[in-house]
Amino acid sequence: MHMADALLSPAVGGAFWAGTIGTIGYASKRLSERLDDRTIPLMGVLGAFIFASQMINFTIPGTGSSGHLGGGMILAVLVGPHAAFLVMASVLTAQALFFADGGLLALGCNIWNLGFYPCFVACPLIYKPLAGDGRSARRILVASLASGIVALQLGAFSVVLQTLLSGKIALPFTTFLLMMQPIHLAIGIVEGFVTAGVIHYVRAARPEILDSSSSSAPLAAGISLRSVLIGFVALAVATGGALSWFASTHPDGLEWAIGKVTGKDELPEQEHGVPAALKNVQEKTAFLPGYGFKPAAGEPKEKTRETQTPAWPNVDAGTSLSGLIGGVLVLAMVLGIGWAIRAFRGKRSAPPSARPGL
Amino acid sequence: MRFEAAYSGIGRLDRLSYRDTVVHRLDPRAKVIATLLFVVAVVSFPRYEILSLFPFFLFPVLIGALGDIPAGFIAKKVVAVSPFAVFVGIFNPLFDPGVVAIAPGVLVSAGWVSFASILVKFALTISAALLLIATTSFPGICRGLRRLGLPALFVSQLLFLYRYLFVLMEEAMRVVRARDMRSFGKRGAGTLVFVRIVGTLFLRTVERAERIYGAMLARGFRGEVPSIRRETLRPSDAVFVLAAGCFFALCRFVPVPQMVGRLVRGLAG
Amino acid sequence: MSHHLLEFRDVRFRYPDGTEALKGVSFLITHGESVGIVGANGAGKSTVLLHMNGHLLPTSGTVTVGEVPLRRETRPEIRRKVGVVFQNPDDQLFMPTVFDDVAFGPLNLGLPPDRVRERVHAALRQVGALALADKPPHHLSGGEKSAVAIATVIAMEPDILVMDEPAASLDPKSRRSVIGLLNSFTHSKIVASHDLDLILDVCARCLVIRDGAIVADGPTPEILSDAILLAENNLELPLTLQGRPAREGARR
Ligand SMILES: Nc1ncnc2c1ncn2[C@@H]1O[C@H](COP(=O)(O)OP(=O)(O)OP(=O)(O)O)[C@@H](O)[C@H]1O
Ligand SMILES: [Mg+2]
Repeated sequence: MHMADALLSPAVGGAFWAGTIGTIGYASKRLSERLDDRTIPLMGVLGAFIFASQMINFTIPGTGSSGHLGGGMILAVLVGPHAAFLVMASVLTAQALFFADGGLLALGCNIWNLGFYPCFVACPLIYKPLAGDGRSARRILVASLASGIVALQLGAFSVVLQTLLSGKIALPFTTFLLMMQPIHLAIGIVEGFVTAGVIHYVRAARPEILDSSSSSAPLAAGISLRSVLIGFVALAVATGGALSWFASTHPDGLEWAIGKVTGKDELPEQEHGVPAALKNVQEKTAFLPGYGFKPAAGEPKEKTRETQTPAWPNVDAGTSLSGLIGGVLVLAMVLGIGWAIRAFRGKRSAPPSARPGL
Repeated sequence: MRFEAAYSGIGRLDRLSYRDTVVHRLDPRAKVIATLLFVVAVVSFPRYEILSLFPFFLFPVLIGALGDIPAGFIAKKVVAVSPFAVFVGIFNPLFDPGVVAIAPGVLVSAGWVSFASILVKFALTISAALLLIATTSFPGICRGLRRLGLPALFVSQLLFLYRYLFVLMEEAMRVVRARDMRSFGKRGAGTLVFVRIVGTLFLRTVERAERIYGAMLARGFRGEVPSIRRETLRPSDAVFVLAAGCFFALCRFVPVPQMVGRLVRGLAG
Repeated sequence: MSHHLLEFRDVRFRYPDGTEALKGVSFLITHGESVGIVGANGAGKSTVLLHMNGHLLPTSGTVTVGEVPLRRETRPEIRRKVGVVFQNPDDQLFMPTVFDDVAFGPLNLGLPPDRVRERVHAALRQVGALALADKPPHHLSGGEKSAVAIATVIAMEPDILVMDEPAASLDPKSRRSVIGLLNSFTHSKIVASHDLDLILDVCARCLVIRDGAIVADGPTPEILSDAILLAENNLELPLTLQGRPAREGARR
């Protein structure tokens, strides 16, 4: 699943941009040190291949729903992790531009989630050891399944983490996690099957492709498996630490977030001159009125606590009304400007016959 | 069908990007930087902010209008990619039911406000990204990225990807069409057929890459994709970035709508 | 300058999968000649052409360009002399815009930017595609692609222009313009094609290849009017020659 700009904070988006650009630089450097010239067009065309294959839908057996290919695992196995990461990065960049899948700030997160885990974690740490020399179809299947699942679980976990750290949504961590991980378990299994199938197919038709990729791009040439593992564990400990700190200092993530946003916890002033009846109606019709939030998922509706102070930026009726009027005016003005420019252009542009060329 | 829709969408964006307007003529770097500033400014607003985001619509509206990009087309594409943001955001009203007043006497739960904020931010950031590619050719963006310091190898990947995107999508589309034509019901669209299609496409891709490599060698390729383009930033590009940056800063730190509203109310008496 | 330009002497070639594609090919092409290569599908035309700039190296036998024998280390030099336009323009045009694509070769020759620009413009003008310079290849029609593919090679100013099926899948008008283009070149040219009318229009001399060996070599009008020879090679009389009596001769 693609992360979206609107769910991100600049800090989280920026951090993953930095991480992604760093990894792109690292992979480019490693690759150009011992690059076979012919890999340059190969990688580029493979990017287009992944892009195109992702657009082909297929039916997932037993569910009737349709699936799409991720492709990171296939690439990592067939051309090696560094090249695969660069290809995935270029595919996701093109998608961010052409489909606006997620957006530009989220691009760093998306490359990380969908490129880093399959290429640098799942492939070297799970696929390679499990598949061995890759001659047994059974081992390929097991390896693909395991690595597909792990890559997607890590990716989904990453999405949850990025969203949570950005603080734009109210969904509690555990609930979000419980929604995301099982979905991605299914997606990972499908990805694993497809990866195994394609590798098997390629192995049967052009075995030399697989042999050359595994020999020409061993990850171990640059960094040893052990250092990757250590780095990964360190990363896990760090994130775990950060998370538990977050959880312990802010048992109620939501309250913390709101408090942080507003910096106040006083009741908004009652509006002047508004009939109480209207307010009553509003409260009734508002979706889940009252501050009955309880972090434990599952039964948020039943728990109606004593109405607490709904924290909200000092709602001074005057400012609020001005803001509303101004907001609507600004929006109208903006649209008016756009419309005027278009109208002007439309009038100015000559009829097609008078246009030069074409 | 989804495939063909997506394909024609990309094709249309791509064609738009080769138009010749004031916006199209700006240096790609200028547009990339301005768009990134825009996105960062928009997402940096706290989660209950809606009104202060409105002035930001000026940027996509101006770019779209001056760049002669059909507004309906962009709007449709924004809606098409919204599911994830909506899916995640829709839980806000559920888990964040504190009451807030959005206008005197109008109370809603805070979750709806933050959800609306996500949607507004989504519309802004996604339309900005789409307008960037609609007003800047993909090769232009790639050259901009190269100038901004991304590795040459990565940028040449992007360029190759772009060059063969349409070729391979057409190839894939032909295969999918053949599959759908002969698969009555669901049977032909299953995972096994898919694997075979992808496998075949992969092998064809590898063979194509070999032919391309041959063509490159025939023209003296020695491991480096050369480029002759040496764009220099013109004053107009600098002015554009500067103006955009100032505007974003203004809208970020000054509550423009509030001020306009106060002004209007003051005028009204 | 030597008077012979390109010589194949008993060239044999075996693909890695064991297919014996060339079984002793010999011919000599002199300066300024225009030579057509015809033959059935799988006869070995493309394989011969791929030897001309060292994309493939002979399993045995020699290929000589000018005075330079083709070897692994002489390939860059030979590639400067022999420009090959491949069968599929989508494989030939790999850069994101027409301009970049035509500039690719001259830049690799190490020319200064100004000279590169000149060459690109000259080449594009020659094929009538100057207006396409800033377009990406996927916005071009088939005929435009072929024209640009030819421009990419002539921008390198090779001594010999080699083309594999230059007019395949072109509509009649684009095909006509490609023929006009080929005729306007003073280069030596070698063209492989199933389009015998094109060969007849463009090439003075014609080689017939069958099962990896040359079976006929002579003036194009003679070869292409030999109905029996053509039929043996899955070919037919060119349309412009149909209705004339078939002639004997020119067979080896
Ligand atoms: N990459 C390859 N690997 C193995 N065999 C090949 C390869 N390319 C060609 N061949 C074989 O070599 C022989 C000559 O092929 P070639 O492509 O030269 O024929 P051609 O005359 O160009 O045919 P066409 O008219 O179809 O283009 C054929 O038998 C073909 O199957
Ligand atoms: Mg051929």
